[in-house]
Amino acid sequence: MKKWKVSPREMLVHYLIVGVVVAVSLTCLIPLLNTLSLSFSNKSRAAAGDVFLLPKGFTLSSYEMVLQDWGFFRAFGVSVLRVLAGCSLNMILTVLMAYPLSKSPQLFKGRNIYMWILIFCMMFSAGMIPLYLTVSRLGLIDSFWSLVLPGAVPIYNVILLMNYFRNISKGLEEAAIVDGASHVDILFKIFLPVSLPCLATIILFSVVGQWNAFFDGMIYINNPDKIPMMTYIQQLVIPTDTTNITDPKQLENMMNSSNKTLNAAKIMIAMLPILTVYPFLQKYFVTGITLGAVKE
Amino acid sequence: MKHKKANLTFHLMLLPGMVFLVLFHIIPMGGLVMAFQNFLPAKGLWGSKWVGLDNFKFMFMLPDSKQIFINTVVIAVAKMVLNLLVPLVFALMLNAVRNTFLKRSLQTVVYLPNFISWVILGSIISDIFSKSGMVNAALSFLGIEPIVFLGSNKWFRSVVVLTDVWKGFGYNSIIFLAALAGIDPTLYEASAIDGASKSKQLWYITLPSLVGTVVLVGTLGLGNVLNAGFDQIFNLYNPLVYQTGDIIDTYVYRMGLENAQFSLATAVGMMKSVVSFVLIILSYKLAEKFANYRIF
Repeated sequence: MKKWKVSPREMLVHYLIVGVVVAVSLTCLIPLLNTLSLSFSNKSRAAAGDVFLLPKGFTLSSYEMVLQDWGFFRAFGVSVLRVLAGCSLNMILTVLMAYPLSKSPQLFKGRNIYMWILIFCMMFSAGMIPLYLTVSRLGLIDSFWSLVLPGAVPIYNVILLMNYFRNISKGLEEAAIVDGASHVDILFKIFLPVSLPCLATIILFSVVGQWNAFFDGMIYINNPDKIPMMTYIQQLVIPTDTTNITDPKQLENMMNSSNKTLNAAKIMIAMLPILTVYPFLQKYFVTGITLGAVKE
Repeated sequence: MKHKKANLTFHLMLLPGMVFLVLFHIIPMGGLVMAFQNFLPAKGLWGSKWVGLDNFKFMFMLPDSKQIFINTVVIAVAKMVLNLLVPLVFALMLNAVRNTFLKRSLQTVVYLPNFISWVILGSIISDIFSKSGMVNAALSFLGIEPIVFLGSNKWFRSVVVLTDVWKGFGYNSIIFLAALAGIDPTLYEASAIDGASKSKQLWYITLPSLVGTVVLVGTLGLGNVLNAGFDQIFNLYNPLVYQTGDIIDTYVYRMGLENAQFSLATAVGMMKSVVSFVLIILSYKLAEKFANYRIF
């Protein structure tokens, strides 16, 4: 490409823009750095509000305390299990639903009826209370499965994958049918291998969703030994009942009485799985978000 | 014959997913009749007394209702507008960064908060905006008295909107970056030869190319007018700021699951679902009309 003359004014504007972009981006990192340094800081220095971007009075004692906390590890384990079970179930159902729905209504009689049910379920929800009572009626309160089953079908992901399947060339499929392949063969041997980028995106959404969910654990699980990680952290950070706070001083006192450094260490460990896998998956979700629409 | 067999396979593939949709989406919709009853869990749906529209009448008479509706719409609309504008401006600025390594690193950093749970961010934000937190430290440096942001009705909404935009602006900018990458580079080259300045290029090439995407994001956002963000507000609010920060979802949660007012909570939730349903349909129609976008 040819180089154009750049005026000093344009150069100045350019550096100004770079400066602003870098500064804005840093705001995304600073809160996390602050938490990281809190987790390595001395408890009293942290309580005094001395800690910003570097640890004050470096110590590993918060992490040592976490290591002795069985409640924390149990919650971590529940979260790992729910990611494994929930994500597998999500993926199996997404694939199995997206494939037939990607067929034309001429080929698959009844396709549109299923589609309307799906769309209706996506757009209209009965709301929190009827769902809670249904889960409770099914006997899932205090069961691990209450974290997995209600969200078993990620409707948006089904539609995402369906659209991806629709854009796969029909030629491959027709050739396979002539060779006597069944639709199960076609799905697993032709469609899935060429859909890996889309599948990776959906897995990422599913894992992040399962790992970050706290509300289901909070309302469906009463037994503290069975709550997932994020519910555990939620109850940790808001330890006492906040419903009877009447003035700002109480709020501040409550904040100060919590063990900042220990909580920070737990938060860091809770974030760790996301922080480690995230950079590797970045290229997938960038394709994922631009994948939503149908091109026809 | 072969067609019939294929159709059977398709129905069987959809069956497991449909079972879950029926259990956790359709059956709860039946539970909506609670909104027209004085529901008592001991008596069940069949035994509870019918009260017609009493719950809805009561809802409209409650002095809180109006405030909660206003809070929800104000917070949701502010988020909608800023979640469109800030990522747009950020994408334009990031696009001007020429160093590819710097650009990619910045992207990695700014997408990150989107993947972190509101439980964790809620705790970090409460700390940063507390009296001894980083924000007040910066303010006291400027000689401003410390502010209890999350305990003040003057500040709560601003903090909610600001932190939501902060969490999502990087991720939300992806769609604009994708649109920017799709602009034909020869347009810029030709205009530069004709002597167009950078600002002229921005005004006459870049911005017109983004109109479609902006319209799309804007119209799709319409469906969220009653979604002010439960996870976020639930993890940031307290009784001091109910006046400005209590939204429909948090109200439904407290009424229904904390105070066991099942019927009233279901009625409020149902109002929200119905209005949202209409808005979503409308937004999809508009998106189809103005941005040529169809999700299914």
